[in-house]
Amino acid sequence: MTESTLSKLKILAESAKYDVSCSSSGTVRRGRKGDGIGNTVGGVGICHSFADDGRCISLLKVMLTNVCMYDCAYCINRRSNDIPRATLSVTEIVDITMEFYRRNYIEGLFLSSGVVRNPDYTMERLVKVAQDLRTVHRFNGYIHLKSIPGASQDLVRKAGLYADRMSVNIEIPNEKSLKHLAPEKDFKSVFDPMGYIRQGVLENKEDRRTMRHAPRFVPAGQSTQMIVGASPEHDRDILRLSSALYATPTMRRVYYSGYIHVNSYDTRLPALKQPPLVRENRLYQADWLMRFYQFKAEEIADDSHPDLELEIDPKLSWALRHPEQFPVDVNRADYEMILRIPGVGVKSATLIVNARRYRRLTSDHLKKIGVVMKRARYFITCGELPGQCVADVSPEYVRRQLTAIPGPCRTAPDSRQLTFDF
Amino acid sequence: MTVFTFDGTFDGLLTAIFDAYFRKQFPDMLLRSGDVLPMFCDDSHDVVTDEEKSVRVWRSLSRKLSSAAMSAVATSFLCEMRDYDTVLFRYLRKAVDSPVSIEGDFSDEDVIEVTRMVRRVRHEATRMAQFVRFQKAADGTYFGVAEPMYNVLPLAVKHFADRFSTMRFLLYDRRRHFGYYYDGEEARMVTLPDELYHIATGRLPEDMMDSDEKLYQDMWRTYFKAIAIKERINPRKQRQDMPVRFWKYLTEKN
Repeated sequence: MTESTLSKLKILAESAKYDVSCSSSGTVRRGRKGDGIGNTVGGVGICHSFADDGRCISLLKVMLTNVCMYDCAYCINRRSNDIPRATLSVTEIVDITMEFYRRNYIEGLFLSSGVVRNPDYTMERLVKVAQDLRTVHRFNGYIHLKSIPGASQDLVRKAGLYADRMSVNIEIPNEKSLKHLAPEKDFKSVFDPMGYIRQGVLENKEDRRTMRHAPRFVPAGQSTQMIVGASPEHDRDILRLSSALYATPTMRRVYYSGYIHVNSYDTRLPALKQPPLVRENRLYQADWLMRFYQFKAEEIADDSHPDLELEIDPKLSWALRHPEQFPVDVNRADYEMILRIPGVGVKSATLIVNARRYRRLTSDHLKKIGVVMKRARYFITCGELPGQCVADVSPEYVRRQLTAIPGPCRTAPDSRQLTFDF
Repeated sequence: MTVFTFDGTFDGLLTAIFDAYFRKQFPDMLLRSGDVLPMFCDDSHDVVTDEEKSVRVWRSLSRKLSSAAMSAVATSFLCEMRDYDTVLFRYLRKAVDSPVSIEGDFSDEDVIEVTRMVRRVRHEATRMAQFVRFQKAADGTYFGVAEPMYNVLPLAVKHFADRFSTMRFLLYDRRRHFGYYYDGEEARMVTLPDELYHIATGRLPEDMMDSDEKLYQDMWRTYFKAIAIKERINPRKQRQDMPVRFWKYLTEKN
């Protein structure tokens, strides 16, 4: 370990930072007493730090090399970019991971790589790192491996035995746009490795039914990522693709990455001054609705509303489009319907269905449980005098009430007004 | 107003429950010994902690509450907040009196308060798992200091002992002046003098550091800076998820 490793780490972390995924969730593994180090806690994983951009640092997110033979328009590491290039050796990356892990800086390693020589050669080196960590250093923490598009099935099979999670990034949610921006890639090169991983997991499930000690294969499933705002797709198309992916057995997470204009010289890309952060946030909210609130993609965005509203969240937006579904009686309605009330989350919905077994709930109870009454009050009845329900007053009125900026301090200052700095 | 005073231990709290039912007299307030009695106190009773009684109460509670709720009760007591003793006392009394388990009755003020406190304590324990940073000493021991809001080191040390079972480490709570030393086999409670440089600052002096320690710290700081995307800088979010009170001992923030 020397200073040169440090500068290489800097270059390769900067190259890897545009990958969004950083979760260490999805698998529980106890530590092995007296044998190596590490465990994984499952649940939502552990974030060890938060960078200046507010994103969590859970795994050591780094590339093995940022040399790449592809020329994808949206990528910082494309071969036509003049950026510092570096390559970490397998021992270097293994040592850094182990030492960081021992100091409780990280939960594990998220390794990806630029494609050098050919996909198989690259994939082999990724597998070698994971293999060294697991077998030589007896590392029992989290490993997330990127599957290189176009890598052979054998290598993906081998990688899956060491990794907790694997991922292949779709990047552009439409094949035509993908081919336009990344001429060397197509949907086949993305979906094939996804298929290999899925097949491996399913076969492994079968094996473990007969042999309990069969080694687990990618126990935390796979994830993928789509760039938002680099191509003309609507939110509807993005959500449709995500929901199709979630319907496949092993897909755990789809990440959305607001496009950052890194290659400003490439005219195939839109010139965005700011990454579309609000849109990205709304997409994540929609994603949560599909995964935890039992919404379907078509309910969130359909042909008449192809894009999510930026002003209000998708759940409120759905509720305002469907005033006929409200008010919901919190003392009687199904859990599914309670989840759909704006201002009620998964936690409070669970508390509500538990608590109402004991007595009739009033708005006072709901407030204590943690329901955001400011929003929820337009959508519920709860054994009290009825308030203003969205079905009686109009959805437009409710929208105005909920989007109005309260207080004089948050309105934009009048530009004609002079101010003095005392 | 009736007041019970107890010694501030969990056994003491359970003994107070026993005494209350024994005397058929239920306190409006639970104080710790040494606290000043309220002005309008017409009856007070000193609870003498008795393990036999507390075990009996715990056993009878286990017939009323699920094991998840039992562990929630024990966990929430780690918050060490004075006002919370009375809340927990009322909760346990309701649990004893009710023919059915009260743990799902979230419209009850005490149940919701206990639920909230458990969540807070567990969250603080998670934050230990997140934000404790170890430094490697020259003798191979890993050293970390924390100042958790609640007394969550007992929970955190379990996590670290499971994770780093082959490492020797010392995890110290500066606020409560005790820590755990894990020697590769089991964790033992230790108390060290507060004026030691590394206890007082949370940093190992350079002559005590392992030869590579400085390099890895630099590497981590470099990585921390490099991974941020400058187009998305968001200090508010950073402080939300990683409150400033933890920054003091974070390698990357110093």
